[in-house]
Amino acid sequence: MRKSFRLDEIDCANCARKLQDELAALDGVDAVSVNFLTQKLTLTAADERFDDVLDRVVALAARVEPDCEIVR
Amino acid sequence: MNKKQRRWRNRIVIALALFAAALAVEQSGLLATLFGTPGDVYASFALFLVPYLIAGYKTLLEAARNIRRGEAFDEAFLMSVASLGAFAMVFFPDTDPHMAEGAAVMLFYQVGELFQSYAVGQSRASIAAMMDIAPEYANVEKDGELVELDPAEVAVGETIVVKPGERVPIDGVVTDGTSQLDTAALTGESVPRHVEPGAEVISGCVNMTGVLRVRTTKPYGESTVARILELVENASEKKARTENFITRFARVYTPVVTISAVLLAVVPPLAGLGPWSDWILRGLTFLVVSCPCALVISVPLSFFGGIGGASRLGILVKGSNYLELLAHVDTVVFDKTGTLTSGTFNVVAVHPEAGVDPDYVLSMAAHAESFSDHPIAVSVRAAYSGEIDREKIDEVREESGHGVSARVNEHLVMVGNDKLMTEYGASWHDCDLTGTILHVTVDGAYVGHIVIADVVKEDAEAAVADLHAAGVRRCVMLTGDRTDVAEAVAARLGIDEVRAQLLPEDKVRAVERLLEDERDGARLAFVGDGINDAPVLMRADVGIAMGAMGSDAAIEAADVVLMDDKPSRIASAMCLARRTMRIVWQNIVFAIGVKVLILALAALGVANMWLAVFGDVGVAMIAIMNAMRCMRVGRD
Repeated sequence: MRKSFRLDEIDCANCARKLQDELAALDGVDAVSVNFLTQKLTLTAADERFDDVLDRVVALAARVEPDCEIVR
Repeated sequence: MNKKQRRWRNRIVIALALFAAALAVEQSGLLATLFGTPGDVYASFALFLVPYLIAGYKTLLEAARNIRRGEAFDEAFLMSVASLGAFAMVFFPDTDPHMAEGAAVMLFYQVGELFQSYAVGQSRASIAAMMDIAPEYANVEKDGELVELDPAEVAVGETIVVKPGERVPIDGVVTDGTSQLDTAALTGESVPRHVEPGAEVISGCVNMTGVLRVRTTKPYGESTVARILELVENASEKKARTENFITRFARVYTPVVTISAVLLAVVPPLAGLGPWSDWILRGLTFLVVSCPCALVISVPLSFFGGIGGASRLGILVKGSNYLELLAHVDTVVFDKTGTLTSGTFNVVAVHPEAGVDPDYVLSMAAHAESFSDHPIAVSVRAAYSGEIDREKIDEVREESGHGVSARVNEHLVMVGNDKLMTEYGASWHDCDLTGTILHVTVDGAYVGHIVIADVVKEDAEAAVADLHAAGVRRCVMLTGDRTDVAEAVAARLGIDEVRAQLLPEDKVRAVERLLEDERDGARLAFVGDGINDAPVLMRADVGIAMGAMGSDAAIEAADVVLMDDKPSRIASAMCLARRTMRIVWQNIVFAIGVKVLILALAALGVANMWLAVFGDVGVAMIAIMNAMRCMRVGRD
């Protein structure tokens, strides 16, 4: 499944790039893109564990970029 | 400015005021009289710490957090180290105290970051405005009343009402009303389109004059406007090579600069080349320019702006990579029908034999062809102005691709090519015009021939000239037509090479052979009408489909989609691609150049921290503003 979420308050392009690198390394994440310009996070993960993966993505993002919020 | 930015701005203003006050107090010599020397140094340290903390506490906190996570190469961390380092110069009484400089670096950095954040916000807003072709609601008639619904909730086959000034929300067919549609947002074409009952309307167009009732033919998600928005938004995910280069560059740049900074601060003083304070300050200056933000923001922004700008001209580019490839195209291959010619046939001449009325020739041919759907038959009927009385026609026979025969008014009429004539032993003669020749015999006697040709598009000649002017080395035309017909069209349009009499499967091979001739990274673009040419569109470096208003197949198969069917848009697309690449490289050279220059000056001890902060945020801002130019496109 592939789904997009809005990213609030992502301020720096380099941070977005680093966030993407870290999220991509998460277990269960097939593909992830953090688009700094459109403020969008697109996540691809297996259907049956999508919610679980998303939870972990949100948790990691909150740790890496506390200012930035993933709007579900 | 949003709320966060306004608070940020207020914090900076307060910090600036306090900084100015601290500077005034320090300069007045008040501190020296109050605290004596060296007490005054510590007093000014305390004074400057206040504006420093007000402006930079967030950055300091972020830096601390990043260290806990083991992420050291971060802008906040580097800026904190650099500015704190400047403050720490208080421990080296042999140099000038740098408290003011430390506070100023942080302040200047914050101002720059705020501007940068504002500029990014502005670019996002302009992108959003540019993409503002999405309809917000659809008027659906329910029990005689109009209800505003989310377009996504409207079912296929429902009737929606589009009032003047509103956007057509969903693709459909007009059932009632006539109006003018403004299609500029989709095609860049400024001349409005007239619609009446039976006409197809495309979502995203603005209804200008009359109320329209439209029966929807697609759900919102598959309507043109939704597909365009999706395409453009996803386009930034297909990265250009330049973008990937920048990402790789960013990954190594920061660590390299940081490690150099440490080495610069430690090695020379150990080697006895000067005082520690001097070299540490140079190392700190290094740190300030260690963020590649200018590049990381401006390069994708340029591509995004270029793709967005193109969409305003009715050119959909499906990825940054295609925009980059398009800039390097030096060979454009056209599939003649549907690109250079409109794909419809026209009677261009009727040549009767001596003593025969031309209308008679046309009339006989039109009657004989009256049951055929072949484009040639359609064109003959279109050229004939009189009524066709089908009662008078019988014994219609298709003659195996060479023509037709029929009995019209008890006369045997044969219409067809030279092979048909030869087969039936009719005498005929050739024509000096090029095109498809239809010979006509009545009861075995030759009455004349009709010349039919594909209609060349109005701007086809200008399109080829524009491409040549834009630096395209060769324009090649592929066609299934006869060589003489193809060459006549090519000569008229200024086409460089022709490959004629090709079967559809030959076209892939022709393009492959042309691809082999490409040298030095030059690229080949293939232009087709999106119908039956998907394999060629995929094989070319850049596949361009045109006339895509409402054609799903074309949008699917191509890399670049022209919404209208004007070949002149190809040159516009190429110019736009080249301009985008120019801006991208300007930013890359400018940003890296300034940074390297500042690094070199800092290593030599010439650059101060002010200059370094400019090298960070100043360069980023200039690069962003330059990138924004990509979005500006002139409409014709």
